[in-house]
Amino acid sequence: MGDASREIMRQARKQVPEWSPSQVNEALANQHEPGPADQEIVLVDVREKHEWNEGHIPDAVHVPRGFLELQIEEAVPDKSKTVVLYCAGGVRSLIAGTTLQQMGYRNVISMSGGFGQWKGSGYPFVQPRTLSEAQSKRYSRHLLVPEVGEQGQLKLLDSRVLLIGAGGLGSPAAYYLAAAGVGAIGIIDADVVDESNLQRQILHNTKRIGQYKAESARETIEALNPDVKVITHIERLDETNVARIIADYDVIVDGTDNFPTRYLLNDAALIANKPVVHGSVFRFEGQLTVFKPYEGPCYRCLYPEPPPPELAPGCAEAGVLGVLPGIIGLLQATETIKLLLGIGEPLVGRLMTYDALAGEFSELRLFRDPQCPACGEHGHPENLPTYADVCAIPLN
Amino acid sequence: MATVRLAPVLRASAGGSKQVSAQGSNLAEVLNDLYARFPALKEQIQPEDSLSRFINVYVNDQDVRYLQGLETSVGSNDTVILLPAMAGGR
Repeated sequence: MGDASREIMRQARKQVPEWSPSQVNEALANQHEPGPADQEIVLVDVREKHEWNEGHIPDAVHVPRGFLELQIEEAVPDKSKTVVLYCAGGVRSLIAGTTLQQMGYRNVISMSGGFGQWKGSGYPFVQPRTLSEAQSKRYSRHLLVPEVGEQGQLKLLDSRVLLIGAGGLGSPAAYYLAAAGVGAIGIIDADVVDESNLQRQILHNTKRIGQYKAESARETIEALNPDVKVITHIERLDETNVARIIADYDVIVDGTDNFPTRYLLNDAALIANKPVVHGSVFRFEGQLTVFKPYEGPCYRCLYPEPPPPELAPGCAEAGVLGVLPGIIGLLQATETIKLLLGIGEPLVGRLMTYDALAGEFSELRLFRDPQCPACGEHGHPENLPTYADVCAIPLN
Repeated sequence: MATVRLAPVLRASAGGSKQVSAQGSNLAEVLNDLYARFPALKEQIQPEDSLSRFINVYVNDQDVRYLQGLETSVGSNDTVILLPAMAGGR
C-alpha cells in the first residue's frame, strides 16, 4: 500500500464507523426485537461477483463496489437505514462507506475483518446457486433487468408451467416461455398438426403435418432452449385426469377452444389452488385475465353458465386473424412470468380485451361472486357440472 | 342516447355494427329499445325475462350483476357493453 492509499484509509477510518463480525452478528440477531424502526439493518456485500458466488452472509444484498454509485439507491432506497457494508477483508467496504456517506446515507458501517473473519468466526453463510456460463449468456438481457436478475432467472428455471393446448394461444405462449427459460413446460394436446393450423400455430411447421402437436411442440422448444424440459400429455383433459395432470405445475395457461374444458379446468384449479392465465380469441378480438383462486373471481364468477351452441363462438370455424392469438398468447406468457416471479400487478379481477381492427385495448373490472357455486362462500368446486360439449352442434 | 357496444359474435344480428345507440333511462329500457330495432339480438342476449347467465353486461365498465341488474340506471353519456363468453383458443 502506497502513501496515498494509506492516507485514504486513514481518512476513511475517521469517517466511517466499524463493527467487528461479532457486533454485526449481534445487531442482526437483535434487529427483529421490538424497538425503534431504525434498528433495521441492510447488509451490503461490495465484493466482486466471483467472490459472492463462493459464499455470502445470509440476506445480504450484492452490490459490487464498481457499481456502488449506480446501483445502491435502487438496492437501498431509504437513506436513513443502517447500512452495514462488508468485503473480503474490511478495506474495500471502508472506502465504499465514504462513498455512501457522500451520497447521503446517514448510518453507514463497515465490517472490520470482512467476510474472511466472519466465516472464520463460525458465523453462518450461504453459497448461492448460480447460473452456468452458458445460461448467463443466454439470459443476459433478463439479468440486466433488476426485477428478474439472477435470482429471478433461477426461479424461472425452477418453474413449471402447463399449457392447455399447443394451438393458437399455446404456441406463442409456450415458445416465449421456453425462450425465457421456464424450466419445465407441460403441454396437453391430443390433436395432430393440420395444414390449417399453420396460419397461426407457430410451434409447428409444414413437415410436421400429421404429427402430434405436443410432440411437434417439444421438438421446436428443445431446439430453441436445451434448459427446458418438455412434458407431453397426449390426451384430452377430462374429469379422470385433470387433478393428476395439473398437480405438478405452478401456473396453468388456458388456451383451449371449448367451454367444457374451461369449466373443468376452473374447478380443478380452484381445488388445487393453481392460478390460471386465461385467454380467448375470436376473429379480430381477444380476451385475457388471470384467475387466482380465492384472490380474485374465477371463471364461473365471470360466466356462471356456458352459452347455448348457437352463441358459442370459437367452436366451429368462426375464424381468427392469424396474428391475434399471437398477441393474446404472448400477453398470457407475460402474465405467467409475472406470477412466477411475483412482480408487477397480474390481471387478477381485470378482463383485458383487445380489438385488433380498432387497435384498442380496454379493461373491465371483474368481481368475485360471493354466491359463486365454485369459489363462493358455500362453493363446491368438486361437484359441479362441466356441461356437455356445447360445440356438438356446429355453428353455421 | 346511451352507447351500446356489441361483442363480435353479436354484431351480425345488429347489421354488422360494433356500436349502436339506444334510448332508455335504465338497462331494461335500453335493451328493449335495442330489441325493437334488432329483434335477433333478443334471442342472443335475453331469451327469457331475466338476463342470461352466459352474457355479461357492463354499464360504464361495471358488471350490472353487482349494480342493480336490469334496473341499473343508464344515462345518455353512459356506455353499455354486451359481452358473451368466448372459448376460442386454437
